[in-house]
Amino acid sequence: MTSTSTSPSTHPHGRTGSSEPLLSVRDLRVTFQRQGQEPFEAVQGVSFDVHPGQTVGLVGESGCGKSVTSLAIMGLLPARGNRVSGTVSYDGTDLLTLSDQQMRDKRGKDIAMVFQDPLSSLNPVIPIGLQVTEVLERHRGMSRKAATPVARDLLDRVGIPDPDRRLTDYPHQLSGGMRQRALIAIALACQPRLLIADEPTTALDVTIQAQILALLKELVQDTGTALVMITHDLGVVAGLCDEVNVLYGGRIVERGERHELFAQPRHPYTHGLLASIPRLDAPRGQRLTPIPGSVADNLPWTHACAFAPRCSQPIEVCTRVMPELVPHEGRPLRCHNPVEESR
Amino acid sequence: MLRFIIRRLVQMVGVLVVLSLLLFLWLRSLPGGTVSAILGERATPATRAAMEKAFGLDEPVWVQYGKFVGRVLQGDFGPSTSVLPGTDALDIFLQRFPATIELSFFAMLIAVALGIPMGYVAARRRASFLDNASVVFSLVGVAVPVFFLAFLLKYVFAIKLGWLPVSGRQDGSLDATRVTGFFVIDGLLTREFDASVNALKHLVLPAVALASIPFAVIFRITRASVLEVLDEDYIRTAESKGLTNRVIRGRHVLRNAMLPVTTTIGLQIGALLGGAVLTEAVFSWGGIGEALALSFSRRDYPVLQVIILAAAAVYVLVNLLVDIMYAVIDPRVRTR
Ligand SMILES: Nc1ncnc2c1ncn2[C@@H]1O[C@H](COP(=O)(O)OP(=O)(O)OP(=O)(O)O)[C@@H](O)[C@H]1O
Ligand SMILES: [Mg+2]
Repeated sequence: MTSTSTSPSTHPHGRTGSSEPLLSVRDLRVTFQRQGQEPFEAVQGVSFDVHPGQTVGLVGESGCGKSVTSLAIMGLLPARGNRVSGTVSYDGTDLLTLSDQQMRDKRGKDIAMVFQDPLSSLNPVIPIGLQVTEVLERHRGMSRKAATPVARDLLDRVGIPDPDRRLTDYPHQLSGGMRQRALIAIALACQPRLLIADEPTTALDVTIQAQILALLKELVQDTGTALVMITHDLGVVAGLCDEVNVLYGGRIVERGERHELFAQPRHPYTHGLLASIPRLDAPRGQRLTPIPGSVADNLPWTHACAFAPRCSQPIEVCTRVMPELVPHEGRPLRCHNPVEESR
Repeated sequence: MLRFIIRRLVQMVGVLVVLSLLLFLWLRSLPGGTVSAILGERATPATRAAMEKAFGLDEPVWVQYGKFVGRVLQGDFGPSTSVLPGTDALDIFLQRFPATIELSFFAMLIAVALGIPMGYVAARRRASFLDNASVVFSLVGVAVPVFFLAFLLKYVFAIKLGWLPVSGRQDGSLDATRVTGFFVIDGLLTREFDASVNALKHLVLPAVALASIPFAVIFRITRASVLEVLDEDYIRTAESKGLTNRVIRGRHVLRNAMLPVTTTIGLQIGALLGGAVLTEAVFSWGGIGEALALSFSRRDYPVLQVIILAAAAVYVLVNLLVDIMYAVIDPRVRTR
């Protein structure tokens, strides 16, 4: 066993070590209800905290509810056809109880978001400059004229070369990496205390991915912004997150401080995810082991472990009883038969 | 941009040349002909031959076309043969053109002013009663024949209720001063405001009838286009910035949604002439729609040629304007 200096708290703090969480999500549930279809619960009681300045990862395969969780926090789910319950308290206010107008006042100012596909996430017919200044105009009460130099500095800050010219450029005139930098500039324009990044690098090629991650890391460190990093790639989490939540089928199955989680994944799912990232120290020729099956094989959480059909070490109880998220050796785990060895 | 416009204008000349040839050949291949239309089928061969010679119709088609092009380049489309024999075809056209433009303009104004807002609102309230009601309304708009609608409007609002004039563009008793031939504008220019109001009253029914199809098409395209844009990632980004509804609507949704609508409006303007022929007939409008129908049935080639070529020129020009508008809205087109 390696580092077991786990604090008894289930929410290890980040660098700042302050005690009050900035964002506290409790029992968040999102159910989609389409006409003529069975209701579908995409998020089934997710709870986690984000402390000021902390970087928290939400990790899981496609469809496990990462985006829905983040959109629910931001109040950006479609206006109709879904039901959201639980609490999302930001700085002591439950965002889920706010009116549309109150939520608009917070979005972009206190909480900002960076999306996955930078090309489709920028408006094609509006110059980059205006897409930055409009958020300053909205929340800082600045005039367009006063906001322009600020926007220019922001573009410069996120590493966009020749920012003066880029202000009048349109999204299609920028490279993929630059577009994502522009989106980050937009998100950070009003110095939000919380930034949610939903797979900000998946649409980019590998070298650009690393640059964008390094930029995000640098920016949140400099500004003390808390970051919720959403990804399906544990490799992304490795260099960035203080704490990692692993999601499966709309529920958190394991949570841990980054080093602990990487050193001793307890959930077979986490274990499988880790085994499927390439390791530099792996013997040459060793095959990566992706998790067999797909989310289509999931059992309903209500009376089983959803992951059981794909699990490497299921036991009889796994298909009968839902495991609860309970502390196991000091950190939360939802598993009847945890992995015991270290990696 | 300027180079783009010039290139398009040159293309337009080419289009008109090709069209004029096809038109020329097509007209002369129609059954019947100018002479039969004037003299009837039972005229003696000698009288027929004399009249054909008088109109130059006895020469081979290629020679006729060559002479035609030569004269047109000097602005001479020849005299009308059978609609208003002897009167210059271009004059007939110019005299009636403002009437049709005025009618078409107001029809498009109604179509756009109703179609775009209704399409937008229907999309925002998708599947609501309002949405369903306006979709049905627009279906009626395309389904009811223009001719029938024109007749119905005239019968109900002019004949039965007497709220609006039955036909014509203005009451003759006003003896309004003519300046441009656009009666509403003339009234404003000469400060004979009652003449403008009177012309507007005459415009209402035919313009509504003529607007029915473009309205329905613009409504449906706007609705579909707004629905598509509302689903775009960049709208979610705009929402994530906490922008006000007004900014999201005006700056982010409408601008993008207007791209396909612009194209549609251009196409609808081009298609307006067909509806104008019918509407003008019902309301004795005195525009080129009526002249077109008449000159066709009487095989008045010079008049037909002016009208069709002018309509084609307008069509090409409108689509040039549409392309310019498109480039103004969409930077991706502009910088390509
Ligand atoms: N608007 C919606 N209506 C109905 N179902 C939805 C809607 N949005 C998402 N879902 C469903 O909710 C589940 C979770 O989706 P979500 O987008 O959160 O996945 P994700 O973890 O972000 O995956 P990915 O890595 O592919 O982005 C999926 O099964 C998805 O089909
Ligand atoms: Mg997602």
